[in-house]
Amino acid sequence: MSTAPAPVELDRPDIEHDLGADRPWLAIVWNDPINLMSYVTFVFQTVFGYPKTKAEKLMLDVHHKGRAVVANGTREEMERDVEILHSYGLWATVKRDD
Amino acid sequence: MSRVRRTPDGVAVELEAAEASLVRTLMEQLIELLGETPGAGGELASVGIAEDAALPDDPVLARLFPDAYRDDGEAAGEFRRYTEIGLRDGKRDAANAVLSSLKAGAAHEDAAPGGGDAEVLLTPDEAQAWLRAVNDLRLALGTRLDIGEEWYEELDDLDPRDPRLPMFAAYDWLTMLQESLVRAVW
Repeated sequence: MSTAPAPVELDRPDIEHDLGADRPWLAIVWNDPINLMSYVTFVFQTVFGYPKTKAEKLMLDVHHKGRAVVANGTREEMERDVEILHSYGLWATVKRDD
Repeated sequence: MSRVRRTPDGVAVELEAAEASLVRTLMEQLIELLGETPGAGGELASVGIAEDAALPDDPVLARLFPDAYRDDGEAAGEFRRYTEIGLRDGKRDAANAVLSSLKAGAAHEDAAPGGGDAEVLLTPDEAQAWLRAVNDLRLALGTRLDIGEEWYEELDDLDPRDPRLPMFAAYDWLTMLQESLVRAVW
């Protein structure tokens, strides 16, 4: 008795994502009780080059509203930003703008 | 008490012997915790791509390496496959950089290495490594202690015999160290 070989699943291009390629994606930072407000502001300035006033406003949005959109762009750019934010210990996620 | 200040030559950090020892011990524990990335033994590991891509079971590791997509498990897994090895390496490197500068700082003292006060002078890159590594320690301790926004008030009500008290004290001290590091590099 033999069995047919299991079908091989190929990595197909993700059509849905390609169609949405020019729609902006977002990098979101979520509030957490551990990261210091000063540190979060410092990270926004360091990672994105934002002036202090903008970095502080975003930090306060995270603190008071629970989250803030800190950047937007292509999916690849937002994934790169979120990876850098994770390297600094911030709780960040990627999301398609809708 | 530790002192952090900006000097023309870099960020100077003075630590008492017990403080330097605490930082050393905690950094070593962090490096041990970071360990091997799951799935890092695959053939793509040399280019930083892991085989396995699940959110770590350990809540501390899950906090250090959170899902990058909240409602898309597949995308979160793909992101993790491509980033977690590099992120773990970066966090390990930062913790090792702290250990190296502490070793260099202790070498200036008369006391035996690991025993005396330490004064370290950090280059901008080293100061960045300290910031990230000390923050990772705070994330690790804070997650273990289930720190909330009101933790400082709750600390006052803690039983003096509570076994978590030394961890709270370490967290509190690291918070002050982190705050003064941020001020010194800003």
